[in-house]
Amino acid sequence: MKKKLGLIVNPIAGIGGRVGLKGSDGPIILQKAIELNAKSESPERAIEALKRLVDIKEEIELITYPYQMGEEEAKIAGFCPRVIGQIKRNETTANDTQKAALAMLDLKVDLILFSGGDGTARDIYQAIHKSLPVLGIPSGVKIHSAVYATSPKNAGNLAYLYLKENTKKMQIGEAEVMDIDEEAFRNNRLSAKLYGYLKVPYEKNLLQGGKTGSSPSEDSEVEAIASEVINLMEKDYLYIIGSGTTIQPIMKKLGLTNTLLGVDAIYNFKLIGSDLNENEILTLMKGKKTKIIVTIIGGQGYIFGRGNQQISSNVIKKVGKENILVVATKSKIISLRNKPLLVDTGEEKINQMLSGYIKVITGINERMLVKIDY
Amino acid sequence: MTKDIKIRNYHAPVWSEPIIMELSQKGQRGILVPQSEKEIKKQVGQASQYIPSDMQRRELPQLPELAQPQVIRHYEHLAQQTLGMEMNIDISQGTCTMKYSPKVNEILASKIQEIHPYQDVDTIQGILEIIYKLDLCLREISGMDQFTFQPGGGAHATFTNSCIMRAYHDMNGELAQRNEVITTMFSHPCDTASPRTAGFKVITLMPDENGYPDLEALKAACSKHTAGLMITNPEDTGIYNPKIEEYVKAVHDVGGLCFYDQANLNGVMGIARAKEAGFDACHFNLHKTFSSPHGCMGPACGAYGTTKALEPFLPTPIVSFDGGKYHLDYNLPNSIGKVREFFGNVEVFIKSFAWILSMGPDGLVEAAQASVINNNYLSKLLLAIPGVVKHYAEGKVRLDQVRFSWEKLKEDTGIGTEEVQNRMVDFGIQSYHTSHHPYIVPEPFTPEPCETYSKEDCEYWAAVLKQISHEAYTNPEIVRNAPHNSSIHKLNKENLDNPEKWAMTWRAYQRKWKNKIG
Repeated sequence: MKKKLGLIVNPIAGIGGRVGLKGSDGPIILQKAIELNAKSESPERAIEALKRLVDIKEEIELITYPYQMGEEEAKIAGFCPRVIGQIKRNETTANDTQKAALAMLDLKVDLILFSGGDGTARDIYQAIHKSLPVLGIPSGVKIHSAVYATSPKNAGNLAYLYLKENTKKMQIGEAEVMDIDEEAFRNNRLSAKLYGYLKVPYEKNLLQGGKTGSSPSEDSEVEAIASEVINLMEKDYLYIIGSGTTIQPIMKKLGLTNTLLGVDAIYNFKLIGSDLNENEILTLMKGKKTKIIVTIIGGQGYIFGRGNQQISSNVIKKVGKENILVVATKSKIISLRNKPLLVDTGEEKINQMLSGYIKVITGINERMLVKIDY
Repeated sequence: MTKDIKIRNYHAPVWSEPIIMELSQKGQRGILVPQSEKEIKKQVGQASQYIPSDMQRRELPQLPELAQPQVIRHYEHLAQQTLGMEMNIDISQGTCTMKYSPKVNEILASKIQEIHPYQDVDTIQGILEIIYKLDLCLREISGMDQFTFQPGGGAHATFTNSCIMRAYHDMNGELAQRNEVITTMFSHPCDTASPRTAGFKVITLMPDENGYPDLEALKAACSKHTAGLMITNPEDTGIYNPKIEEYVKAVHDVGGLCFYDQANLNGVMGIARAKEAGFDACHFNLHKTFSSPHGCMGPACGAYGTTKALEPFLPTPIVSFDGGKYHLDYNLPNSIGKVREFFGNVEVFIKSFAWILSMGPDGLVEAAQASVINNNYLSKLLLAIPGVVKHYAEGKVRLDQVRFSWEKLKEDTGIGTEEVQNRMVDFGIQSYHTSHHPYIVPEPFTPEPCETYSKEDCEYWAAVLKQISHEAYTNPEIVRNAPHNSSIHKLNKENLDNPEKWAMTWRAYQRKWKNKIG
């Protein structure tokens, strides 16, 4: 049974970048970009990724959309793709991305490889949510989502491993889909939203036996973090719980409903608020000692300011740095490659207060010293 | 290196050897134990009465039943299939310091078979003299004031240290407050695991672009909660932290203790000492740096030494000398107790002691220097191979080992460190050590050409990796489908954490899959 690979290329992703347009959502901006002679990098990057898969082209069926949404890129890379769907050549929209994803879900592809940025990721999420594993070839302007490989070549390598060896070397995890309000971004206001989670394959760093022994699975690490946090929780303290995949098991272990994309509040181990906005948080805080629990959201290393603005500078100011617990797996911290954790609360003074070093909770009786910057 | 290295056309024996339980034939015996004489039986009675009732078996053990030739054949087959240290250029096991274990020391050590540790001290003066003098040698090499040889390995030594740190702070009434131990990401994982097992919270520091943590980061981690620092130097990357005294001072300034994990002693032996850096304790792996065989998880020894201040907490007995006789001293009132039976693994001490004597002080320094030269030579050869890169400390010299990365090879060809590992055994070289988990350097490998490997050995080892790199760029399938010439093919590398799928013993296997009672 041949494995099926779905390919979706957003041919205009990244077009706004070089000419300083900070994105390409919407026809007016796109028009501007074209006027500025902007060129999209997305098709080239898709080809770069696909070249990694040419070795197994006889063993997989590559299914894609017409023209520049994948057909052309696949052929240049050396594939004979199965082309489905209909689009207007040179006039593709977010709608086409969504239709493509849905069509591929219908055909039960094993993996969707897509080339684009956060906007493209958001489109795919809206269409298929977590029903299929997907992997992003990084080509957009704004890449805050965590659904991407580190480079087009590595996207190809990961897809290769997933299709060839599947579960032996690969694991499926959940990764955040973020999107930044482009309009606000152009006006130098940053407003990011956590849209949801996509299923993304990643390589297990397997090594058993010999000197190295075996490494704990990601799942057991996250469970350990949850146990540690619950052990640390004190009575008569309000806990403001951020979102993120590392936070979910904490709520699950406590038997509480978790707002996947929003902020919840716990008091004496009971849920007292769900999906709260800033004002609701501040109201709940009145007269109570408060702590905040957050994790790293997205691929850029943010702990405040991307996807949890409800935990505003006003909230953080009242809570104080010493009452903030940051949780993350060791692999997540290592994936930042020595870059610090980032905060963007909107207030310079609060950003400064948060910066410096923090002991991130990585397991039971385990901490990692990490720098925070802004 | 300009001459052509001829890569061997190696092929391992393939025996498809079953588990010994499967070779069992009911009724077969290798040895028929002679019956005792009637009078002895009458006098002594049943053997079972000498075994405490709660330790007695209720059923017979299900030992495999084989005759002697079949047993020998089975284990010879397994031995033939093992690419052991003496069979191959074992530069592959970086951080292990796989140096040659002189055969003559095996013969020396075998003499202890005649001795029992419960013998009167007067009758084992020779052994005690060896232990005492080994202690003196290690004191000289480290600058510490007293050693114990009870810990059976490196992690055992770091755990002993964690217990001593605990006892020290407890005695000062500060244990409740001092519940944190600091270590670094590149120190051995046992420097994280041992203090946690002893009840501490461990704070790990990440390396910066120099390859070791920033001093500012260390100071940020230090507080009134700090019990101590447990650190390796040089770390597994081979990078020596030149500011180590300042690190020790920072921890001392907040009242913490500093422990030097010297698993990586080989490159600084006889050159730099724990004492001058200010450390309160250190350990050596006698089965690494001091030539005792690694023995595949034992017997080994993590010789642990401390300054005078921590001596009262050491495990007992210590061997002392009054100028005329050697004694076993149990009189350490604050001792944490025993960490191992009897005196420790005595055969390991004998081999290490003999090795130290045969090298002499100049020889030890020369060994360190040779290992650094070997490593830097190999490093030059490896960095010339397409696809190999090195992280951290650009332009700085490494000591006895280097952590390399195949990250470029992976990106260019899709072939990464695991695939290379599988392929190298086809050339008669053991799979290299990649790195401890979690990987920080991507697609890592860590060779260590210590002083007993020749220039030609280094060249062969590098030539094998060069060949595999070439294959990755031109014929990647041969690497992906490796090994081709080994005793077995690829291992299933799943975690053995599903009891529905795996059995950890033969008995469990039979119970689960064949519904046999056992």
